This record gives sequence, C-alpha cells and structure tokens, in this order.
Amino acid sequence: MTPALEVAVARSIGEFELDVAFTVESGLSVLFGPSGAGKSLTLALIAGLIRPDTGTIAIHGDVVTDCSRRIHVSTQQRRIGMVFQDGLLLPHRSVLDNVALAVRQVRGRRERRAVAGEWLQRVGAEELADRQPGSLSGGQRQRVALARGLAGDPALVLLDEPLSALDAAVRRELRDVIRGVIISSGVPAVLVTHDAEEAEELGDVVIAYHDGRVTGTRSIERPVRPEPPPGTPGSGERT
Amino acid sequence: MRRKRTYAQTLGGRHKAALLAVTALVGFGLGFGIAHLVAGSIAYWGVVSGPFLVSLRVAIPATVIAGITGVAAGYALAKGRFPGRSVLETLGSLPLILPPTVIGYYLLQVLSPGTRVGGFLTRVVGHVLVYNVIGCIIVATVAAFPFCMRAARAAIEGVDPGVEEAARTMGLPDWRVALQVTLPLARRGIASGLAIGSARALGEYGATLMVGGDIDGRTRTMSLAILDSFTTPERNTMILILVLMAISAMTGVGLLGRSRT
Repeated sequence: MTPALEVAVARSIGEFELDVAFTVESGLSVLFGPSGAGKSLTLALIAGLIRPDTGTIAIHGDVVTDCSRRIHVSTQQRRIGMVFQDGLLLPHRSVLDNVALAVRQVRGRRERRAVAGEWLQRVGAEELADRQPGSLSGGQRQRVALARGLAGDPALVLLDEPLSALDAAVRRELRDVIRGVIISSGVPAVLVTHDAEEAEELGDVVIAYHDGRVTGTRSIERPVRPEPPPGTPGSGERT
Repeated sequence: MRRKRTYAQTLGGRHKAALLAVTALVGFGLGFGIAHLVAGSIAYWGVVSGPFLVSLRVAIPATVIAGITGVAAGYALAKGRFPGRSVLETLGSLPLILPPTVIGYYLLQVLSPGTRVGGFLTRVVGHVLVYNVIGCIIVATVAAFPFCMRAARAAIEGVDPGVEEAARTMGLPDWRVALQVTLPLARRGIASGLAIGSARALGEYGATLMVGGDIDGRTRTMSLAILDSFTTPERNTMILILVLMAISAMTGVGLLGRSRT
C-alpha cells in the first residue's frame, strides 16, 4: 500500500541543517522533539511553503517536490489542510467564512457554507459560526482552525503545535477533539509537538527529532475503543 | 455610586470660562464660514460652478486611476522581486520631490504632439493629450500616484505573511489571496493613501497650468481659478469650497477604509 506521505529532504537555514527521511501511513503521526529541532520546518517543506535544498516529498504516491527533477507543486495544488500554532484565521472574515473558503470539493457559496457548517459542528464550534476570529478564545480559535484544515477534503492534514499556545485544561480537552475528529475523518495527519505527554496521547506513530535529524520512530499501541458519535468530538465544557 | 463627570465639570471656574470662550470662538468661526460659503456659493455660483465641476471631472478619475495603478505598484514592490524594482520605486516617488514645474515640463515633453514621444502617443490614442481635461487628469494622476503607491506598499508589507500562507494552504490561488486576504487586510493604509492622493489631485496647480493651460470651462480647476480671482470677492468662496472638498474626499475615503469588508 502506498504511504500517505514519504519525506526525504535536506534544507540548510543559516547554521541549522535539516536532513530527515520518514514515511507516514494512515492515522495520526507525531513529530516530537525539542524546540529548534526542525519539526515545523519539515511541515513547511511538506506544505510547499519552503523549498528544500535537496530531496523528494510524495503525498499518496504523487511527487509534490523533487529537487533533482525541479518539481515543486504549489501549496494550493497539494491538497493539504494545515492547522497553525496560533490559528491564523483570516481576521476580516467570520468563522463560517473562514471554513467555507477552504472548501474545495463543492461549488456554490451556499453549498460551501453548508459543508463548513458541518465541520464546525464536528469540532463542536457550530455556535461560533457568525463570530469574528478576534472575539474567540484560544481554544475556540483552534477548533475553528481544525475545522478549516479538514473542510477542504485534504489528502493530508498538518498540525503545527496546535495546542502549545493554550493553557493546560484547554489542551487536555482539545487533544480529545483533535484525535477524535482526525481519526473519524480518515484523513492522515502529521502533528508537531515538543510535549512528550501530548505526543504519547495523540500519536499512532511518534517520530523523534533532534537537531535536524530523525532519531527514532515508535508505534503506539492503542486499545480499540468505539469512535465518538459525529458532532460530539469532545467532552465537557467547550472552550 | 460615583457619577462620571464631564470634562468641563472637572475644570475650575477660570478654566471653564476659557473653555467656553474657545468653544464660542470655534463655533462662531464655523458658523461664519458655513454662512459665508452658502451665501458666496449662491452669489458667485455662476463664477464658481465652472472650476468646481472641472475639479471634480479631473480629481475623481485621477484618484481612481492613481488608486488602481498605485495599489498594483505598491503590491508589486511589497511582494515582488523583479528586475527594475528599484527603478519603479524611484520613478513612482519622483513626483513627491520634484517641483511641479519640472513635472509639468517632462509631461509636456511626453504628451505634447510637437515632440517625438508625444506625437507618437497622440497618434496611438487618437486624441491630443494637452490643453484639455485629459491632460489635467494625467497631471493629477501623476501627482496622486506616489501617495497611493507608497501607502499601499507600507500597508501590504504590514499584513501578517502567516495569514497569507494559511490562505494558500486553504487552496486559494495567489490572485485570490491578494484580493480576498492581503488587500482587505491592508485596506486602512490603502484608504489613507487614496485620501491624501485625492486631496493632492484636487490641489494640483503648477503642472496642471503647464499641461492643461488655464482655459475657462475646460481646464480651469478650482486651484487655478483661485489665483485668477485673487483680487475678486469670490476667491474666499472658492478657497472654502476647495478646503471642504479636500476634507470631504479625505473623510469619505477614510471611512471606506474603516468599514468592514
């Protein structure tokens, strides 16, 4: 079976050198390591926001970057969804519009907004649809960013430290939301974190990073548990 | 519960009297100005209306053209790395620092049918470009362009590149990122450039005189008419109308920038 993601790239930025190779299957893979290890840089390379110096990247077997053949598929053409550390929602658009703009699989404003509404419901943020991003709490912002990352029917979702700007209670709650929604959507995901507990709780596979190198890969066995019903990805009070 | 006090209530007696005096003076000045303007407009409308309409005919298209081209140039300067970038930046800013007479001279060289370039341009456009309203519009556009370009560039550079990257990951093509993300987020800065640019287009004088002439009813703008009528009583009305037009243009465009998209 073709892996969801194949990465073998190198990139130098100043004195820092990233040189990594790994593959990602279905489920949620975590890039784990200390700050400055090159995890977020790897995500930017996968997303096509930065070009590597050498190497290749393939998403579901489709080569999106190959330096030797001068292939660099644009970010827009890679069919990825991305969740950033601080959400990076479009501040001049409503929450619903933010998610609807990412919907690519249907045409027509009404249809896109309907799909967006469904995703907001799945992350437990349907009541935020008409709000402006500036009025949201950190946890609410990340729920919306997660909905936006998944709403475009992506082939791969990238999450760059999505919980690191949140306080402990909200982080715990959003971990369940992120894992629940991603696993139920069936979209392979790569999440970056420097938090060991978070890596352990979220990942099916943990890829350890240190100083620009992959130092180990470990699968995490999880007890089979029933999927949460759609619309209730989290539990407790919504943040 | 303590009631909030007005600013006047917090002042002592002497200060209160001074504040009242200043308020009265400002109120009187405004009232007098408006009354004068209304009376003058009625009395001298026959003289004032021509330059007023010419000014509108010149300033509005000039602001629109300078706005579109200035924002496009500002975007290119903020985002692009291309050959000739510094040339564009320098040429685009020249009208800010050159005397209007020099701008007028060069525009005459480029537009006048008697010159090689001007003759070619006249043939291509099929219309003479000097001593008519088109020439005045070109001059006002050149005068307003640097303000629009520089303000747009600064505003676009101020937009968080992370938000633009996020938009790209959502699948939006670059042109949609520019139109739906970058420009709306930069709208306040762009609007302030347009506001100053429109006021500049309205007030352009020296180069307009050289390229447009001072033809009554055709190219005599308010700015030109004020000098022509400097010894006549209608000058005050014209000055007041021009000031109000500039303030209205700046306020109007400024409000547009503040509105939510």
